[in-house]
Amino acid sequence: MSEPHIESPQEMDDANARPVDAPAPTGPAESAPAPTGPAGDALLEMQNVTLRFGGVVALNDVSFVLRKGEIFGLIGPNGAGKTTCFNAMTGVYRPTSGAIRFQGRSIVGRKKHQITRGGIARTFQNVRLFPEMTALENVMVGADAHHKTSVIAALFRLPRFWHEEHEGRRRSLELLEFVGIGKRAGDVARNLSYGEQRRLEIARALATNPTLLCLDEPAAGFNPAEKEDLLQLIRRIRDTGVTILLIEHDMRLVMNVTDRIVVLEFGKKIAEGTPAQVRDDPKVIAAYLGVPSDAA
Amino acid sequence: MSSTAATPGKNGRRLNGNLRGWFARQPVWVRIVGVLAVIALAYLLPYTAEIPLIGPQIVTEGIDWPSALFNMSYYVLLALGLNVVVGYAGLLDLGYVGFFAVGAYTVALLTSPDSRLGTEWPWLAAVPFAIAVAMISGLILGWPTLRLRGDYLAIVTLGFAEIIRIVAQSTETLRGDRGFTDIPHPPGQQTDGSALFGVRDATPYYWLGLTVIILVVLGVRNLDRSRVGRSWLAIREDEEAAEIMGVRTIKYKLWAFAIGACIGGLGGVMFAGQQGFMNSGTFVLQFSILVLAGVVMGGSGNIPGAILGGALISYIPDRLRGIQDPIFHTDLFGFRFAIFGAVIILIMIFRPQGLIPSRRRAMELKDREKEAAPS
Repeated sequence: MSEPHIESPQEMDDANARPVDAPAPTGPAESAPAPTGPAGDALLEMQNVTLRFGGVVALNDVSFVLRKGEIFGLIGPNGAGKTTCFNAMTGVYRPTSGAIRFQGRSIVGRKKHQITRGGIARTFQNVRLFPEMTALENVMVGADAHHKTSVIAALFRLPRFWHEEHEGRRRSLELLEFVGIGKRAGDVARNLSYGEQRRLEIARALATNPTLLCLDEPAAGFNPAEKEDLLQLIRRIRDTGVTILLIEHDMRLVMNVTDRIVVLEFGKKIAEGTPAQVRDDPKVIAAYLGVPSDAA
Repeated sequence: MSSTAATPGKNGRRLNGNLRGWFARQPVWVRIVGVLAVIALAYLLPYTAEIPLIGPQIVTEGIDWPSALFNMSYYVLLALGLNVVVGYAGLLDLGYVGFFAVGAYTVALLTSPDSRLGTEWPWLAAVPFAIAVAMISGLILGWPTLRLRGDYLAIVTLGFAEIIRIVAQSTETLRGDRGFTDIPHPPGQQTDGSALFGVRDATPYYWLGLTVIILVVLGVRNLDRSRVGRSWLAIREDEEAAEIMGVRTIKYKLWAFAIGACIGGLGGVMFAGQQGFMNSGTFVLQFSILVLAGVVMGGSGNIPGAILGGALISYIPDRLRGIQDPIFHTDLFGFRFAIFGAVIILIMIFRPQGLIPSRRRAMELKDREKEAAPS
């Protein structure tokens, strides 16, 4: 079932033809400035973040700033601390020291679901859907993050239940269309192809109305055609006003789609800049070619 | 939408999926008529013996049929409640009898002349209190166990049920083995002036039980098909991912415990109202395990499965009463657990998803990696 799924070119053309508005994840992101360019305000600040597990330093004094409306790449060799970085941002791990601020407010110590509702959504490196639930239900779990229906309201089917349920379903179906798997809405997530599962994860994350979407190696295991589709999808998401943080191994994809990049190695930031700057940075070349870092 | 997801076929699941899929595709009125017909038939069950040929084979011999039906009704209630905790939220609870006991004891304390409280309320007045107390006990059990999963949770809940039983056995207020007598029956009069809920005929109790079951099913179904049900399933499937998607896992786990406890307490309330007598010996551990077996056997995570499973765990032993085995000439009821065990093993071999499988089957019985939640 992990067989790569190849989208028909037809489907992709449709997607491209879609106006940027359609299922725009609204919310705080609506005020986001022009999509490209480093001109946006700071959205997320990592300030001297250090994270230790016992004696292992997973993140060592990492600082960078994500600006509104950009596609930001986080790259580095295996074990560099990219996913740890994500986990610190989304409340899975608590930094040993340092500050993480989102929209000016510290999010260190906040609960995972609070951070999600605050506007940070993510996908997982190894897909973590709810396998026995349908694609639509998976996305609706995300949409529920902003719903207020209480258990009592659900039990007695009060008006708020009908309103939110209807609204949540409509939006979830739109999002499934948006990521290109609208036809699989009624299928159990477990039965989706690998590529569809990855897309479903993105739809589920978008359903929480994020200001910042963190994608953890979304192209892992994709063939070139699928990667191209994904690249288009990421751009379309950005065009709806969502800031994107992308962890990716595929250099070509990262260089193509990101506005700025931070490079991590052994938990430390070794470079930051535009794709072109980073590509020519000797430290980065050393990290990727395996030259001992002290030689760089 | 959910019902259109045909369960693709492992052995035995296909037929069922087709039947249910077929039913789901019918127009609304057909479905309503179908459900009403099933409900009407359920109310007519006490007259099963009247059916020629088949009837006498179905009814129990060693226990009168309406009583057997009433027993089934509170087992079904318990299975429905446990299904919320185990089937939906994926919290393996082995101490479910505890809530049944809490419900029954609250009724006994408030109504029985043996009670120290001396309130001697009518049965109906004690019902809301019993449900509320059961719900609170659910929260009391749920709160400290929120971080546990799988086997660890099972052990703690097991302890909970034993605490309730031992407290009942050894505290003077709860009267241990002597128990409570003269717990009043539900109110109501027949046209001839005799009590509707008497001691002779259990049929009215069964009808009451059935009515309560229908209300509980409606409630549970409403919850299941809402963000509450989705949150429970998401927690069962991947608790951490659920929380990262914005699900308040603590809140919904507590609700699962509270609702399960509520329904279990309701079962206890019904039980106390019919029996009139109960003591600490009523609430043994086997009871919890039996109900859990019923849920798993019927098909964890779906309402028809819980109903069928709950009914079977009561029906099979009752049907065995009064039948002599050919070798030892003893009552087969004595062998009920052996026979029962064999039946469960057969079901688990041939239908591992349960008799009425759910696409939302219990993952918690499979997952071994995440037993202790990461703290």
